[in-house]
Amino acid sequence: MDVDGGESSSSDSISVRSIPIHSRQSEDFLYKFKQQNIPACKPVLTPAWVIATLLLLGFFFIPIGLVTLRTSRGVVEIVDRYDADCVPEAFKGNKVSYIKDTSVPKNCTLVLKVHKHMKAPIYVYYQLDNYYQNHRRYVKSRSDQQLLHGLKYNDTSSCKPEESNNGLPIVPCGLIAWSLFNDTYKFIRGTAELRINRKNIAWKSDRNHKFGKHVYPFNFQSGTLIGGGKLDPNVPLGDQEDLIVWMRTAALPSFRKLYGRIEEDLDADDVILVHLMNNYNTYSFGGKKKLVISTSSWLGGKNDFLGVAYIFVGSSAIILALFFLLLHVKNPRPYGDTAYLSWNRKGISS
Amino acid sequence: MELVRVGQAYFMIRDTLMYDEASNSAFQCRALNINEDLGQIKFVFSDKTGTLTENKMEFQCASIWGVDYSGGKDSSVNEQVGHFVQVDGKILRPKMKVRIDPELLQLSRSGNNTEEAKRVHDFFLALAACNTIVPIAFDDASNPTVKLMDYQGESPDEQALAYAAAAYGFMLIERTSGHIVIDIQGERQRFNVLGLHEFDSDRKRMSVILGCPDKTVKVFVKGADTTMFSVIDRSLNMDIIRATEAHLYNYSSLGLRTLVIGMRELSDSEFEQWHSSFEAASTSLIGRAAMLRKVANTVEKSLRILGASAIEDKLQQGVPEAIESLRTAGIKVWVLTGDKQETAISIGYSSKLLTSKMTQIIINSNSKESSRKSLEDALRMSKKLITVSGTTHNNGGNSGDAVSPVALIIDGTSLVYILDSELEEQLFELASKCSVVLCCRVAPLQKAGIVMLVKNRTSDMTLSIGDGANDVSMIQKADVGVGISGKEGRQAVMASDFAMGQFRFLVPLLLNELIFRYVLFTCFTLTTAINEWSSMLYSIIYTSLPTIVVGILDKDLSRRTLLKYPQLYGAERRQESYNSKLFWLTMIDTLWQSVVIYFIPHLAYWGSTIDAPSIGDLWTLAVVILVNLHLAMDVIRWSWITHVAIWGSIVATFICVIVLDAVPTLVGYWAIFDIAKEGSFWLCLLAIVVAALLPRFVVKVLYQHFSPSDIQITREAEKFGSRREFGAVEIEMNPILEPSRR
Repeated sequence: MDVDGGESSSSDSISVRSIPIHSRQSEDFLYKFKQQNIPACKPVLTPAWVIATLLLLGFFFIPIGLVTLRTSRGVVEIVDRYDADCVPEAFKGNKVSYIKDTSVPKNCTLVLKVHKHMKAPIYVYYQLDNYYQNHRRYVKSRSDQQLLHGLKYNDTSSCKPEESNNGLPIVPCGLIAWSLFNDTYKFIRGTAELRINRKNIAWKSDRNHKFGKHVYPFNFQSGTLIGGGKLDPNVPLGDQEDLIVWMRTAALPSFRKLYGRIEEDLDADDVILVHLMNNYNTYSFGGKKKLVISTSSWLGGKNDFLGVAYIFVGSSAIILALFFLLLHVKNPRPYGDTAYLSWNRKGISS
Repeated sequence: MELVRVGQAYFMIRDTLMYDEASNSAFQCRALNINEDLGQIKFVFSDKTGTLTENKMEFQCASIWGVDYSGGKDSSVNEQVGHFVQVDGKILRPKMKVRIDPELLQLSRSGNNTEEAKRVHDFFLALAACNTIVPIAFDDASNPTVKLMDYQGESPDEQALAYAAAAYGFMLIERTSGHIVIDIQGERQRFNVLGLHEFDSDRKRMSVILGCPDKTVKVFVKGADTTMFSVIDRSLNMDIIRATEAHLYNYSSLGLRTLVIGMRELSDSEFEQWHSSFEAASTSLIGRAAMLRKVANTVEKSLRILGASAIEDKLQQGVPEAIESLRTAGIKVWVLTGDKQETAISIGYSSKLLTSKMTQIIINSNSKESSRKSLEDALRMSKKLITVSGTTHNNGGNSGDAVSPVALIIDGTSLVYILDSELEEQLFELASKCSVVLCCRVAPLQKAGIVMLVKNRTSDMTLSIGDGANDVSMIQKADVGVGISGKEGRQAVMASDFAMGQFRFLVPLLLNELIFRYVLFTCFTLTTAINEWSSMLYSIIYTSLPTIVVGILDKDLSRRTLLKYPQLYGAERRQESYNSKLFWLTMIDTLWQSVVIYFIPHLAYWGSTIDAPSIGDLWTLAVVILVNLHLAMDVIRWSWITHVAIWGSIVATFICVIVLDAVPTLVGYWAIFDIAKEGSFWLCLLAIVVAALLPRFVVKVLYQHFSPSDIQITREAEKFGSRREFGAVEIEMNPILEPSRR
């Protein structure tokens, strides 16, 4: 750094001569800028610095990992896959015909056993696996303008192939809305029904600013090819929370969507009966349907990956630090020794 | 990349070290893509006159009638009064002052009385008359009674000679197409210019036919010694010719440019004969140049020798240092000059191009056979030299490249036979073993031929430097041409400052793209997780801005260190900084980083409620932070601008993501606020950055520990090294810089 400084002062006389001085300070800065002589710090990787950084990293990451892992383990989660079990014996060989046959009753009962005390609020999710809600064409098949303004907004070309039916526009248009998930669940603990709060399951920002308060479903799911759930034409889109949740398309092919909240604690060994309507067709593409009841934490849901990853990175940092320490002690390299320059090294060895 | 180049060009232009005060012109960069070529140059072809030297000729000494007048060298300044003439009550004096030999001045003033004085008279008359100078008188700004005489002409040699003649009292005052007026010791005389044979590169001489006031007709000829001695009448004054030749040899070994001057009187019949053929030749429509040359040859014969002049071509400031730096940096320097061999060699010594430790191979031949033979001899010799030094090195336990340097000196006549023949290959083989090649007596087109010879046979970059029109062909042929504007040149070696380590920034820049492309590709099943706006902004502000700033502003080392260790320049040329091993390492690193960026969020959010725009925001932020930190790891000089660029870019990305997510009509509305509420978002971000950069960091540290690069060491020395250490190193370096001493 001081070497640079010396330069600027020695060549300063030229600048004074060639540049008329307006404001000494700004000129000085401009001059230094143009001459690439702005004072600068030039850090060099010294062994002490490297080892300290790695140790610090390790001692920072391992506790984070432990805390994360503990938090994740503290989340109580009940997952039950029902898409296969809910198919009657007669249709086991041909599940698709079962789900397409409207005359076959779709009701099904699950028994869930709570193995650990669950503190309210308990979230009820449906989970879909092998469901590519992030497919390029699927994701684009929607019209955010129409969701907000309804029939007033005519340009629904982005909704193809579900933009109109029988010459009339569809509200909400597009493949995403058309494929709305429509399984329903009813929880019974003991003899009484367990109330599920189905309000406020969608983002407030979506409800208020993305889906119109005065936009009503129109001409929806009236075609010959039925996709998913139907919508009550008397409820505005802004209040159709299942639709709003569904239209926040998932990022990964295995995803959960919030169905509702149970606002009372569940005790260990509670047995919960779930009466569900198995309406949604995942059989034709081999998707799995699961019902998930889970508590929550600051981390989100139950996922051990982050905690393990942190512990792994932290411990490898500490191992590396020890390795470098050993290397530095056993086989030190004098730093900044110009005798080691390639052309000098040849000279030394001969 | 273009932006980085523009920025670098800007700093090259603004660099005051490349600023030339005398000609008031700054460095100009006329092509964008040469900046980084500058770092890859292995061959430098340089013109001598005007490039290495100042092209400010100074008349130094003269040999007249076999007597050497070079006492002027010792004369003190107050003797340089110079000659002046009074015109219309005003004093007329030449603009340039010339060193004067007092003895010669005395003689020139003594008139036409003695034989000696007569020769001197003729000699200076020849200097004043035998040229194409146009004298222009203008008022001296400082002194209204003085008029300055400025001689303007094609060649600086002529100017120097005319000024010299003026200083000795033979002042050229007026030139028209038909006559010239010369003031001879205060007495104006008018000479009719009856004919003028201009200088050409075949004859290498020019002549003027003057009708003197005393009705005699004289031919004055001036030219290069090789061609002049062939037209001088050897039957007369053999002693004088020998003495003059001896003087010429002395002058040229001092590094002076020499010209021989001769004259003869034409008889009436001779004149008539010449005149008619001259008229015919100069009015002919076809082959005029050849005819004129023929006519010139008829008149330029059996001349009486008058003497010889010696002009000093001053070396430019800093040239020896620059050449030495280039040589130590392992760049092959070829100097191509039209000078005599002796002159070229002595200039070579004074510019440190040649050193006493070098083995000189000189090729002078005038037939194809003899040039082939001398080439083969030279090759054998150079091989022997190399094997000899090679074996000594092997004994010493290393196969060093510190072979005793070989200098090849070759002249234009040999080149005529070598170029465009199968001997080219041999010449190149020989030349590539030599660290310095000096080509003398080369014609302009040969210069280009030599550049092509090298360029066609090597993949290395070539650079040509030149100032005059005769260098244009060679400048155009080379990969990088440096034209020098005006009379004064600049130190081209300074350019190495900017060429240093630029490839370092190509890597992060390519990497940016790679990572992003990879993420995009893996996301193609995930579609538009990252929205179009983010991808557009990504390439503009998120990542390229810091890369550009760092690419422009960062320099590995301070100028002083670089000039101290010119070998560092070789680092890039030897491709230490950017070789294929490093390339694959970078590729693996990139792959790892991409995997980390993609899979940490993927695994952390598998089977969760995460929506596509939210994870897209996470990816965007992670990529930008990663790329910037990646770049930050390579930054050597952290000035506040660098800080602003790197950290500012990360902050700007956060702001942009927030702004984009506050637009309700976009898919990702409010996504960032939603995802940022969960701890896993921040944990993911931190884990991505650390896990992605950890291997790179470790490899970097290991690499620096086990095989530190030269740049790395000098950087550490710059930081920790005290003055004492730097001094000690210099002593240590000496034996290595001069390997032949061992």
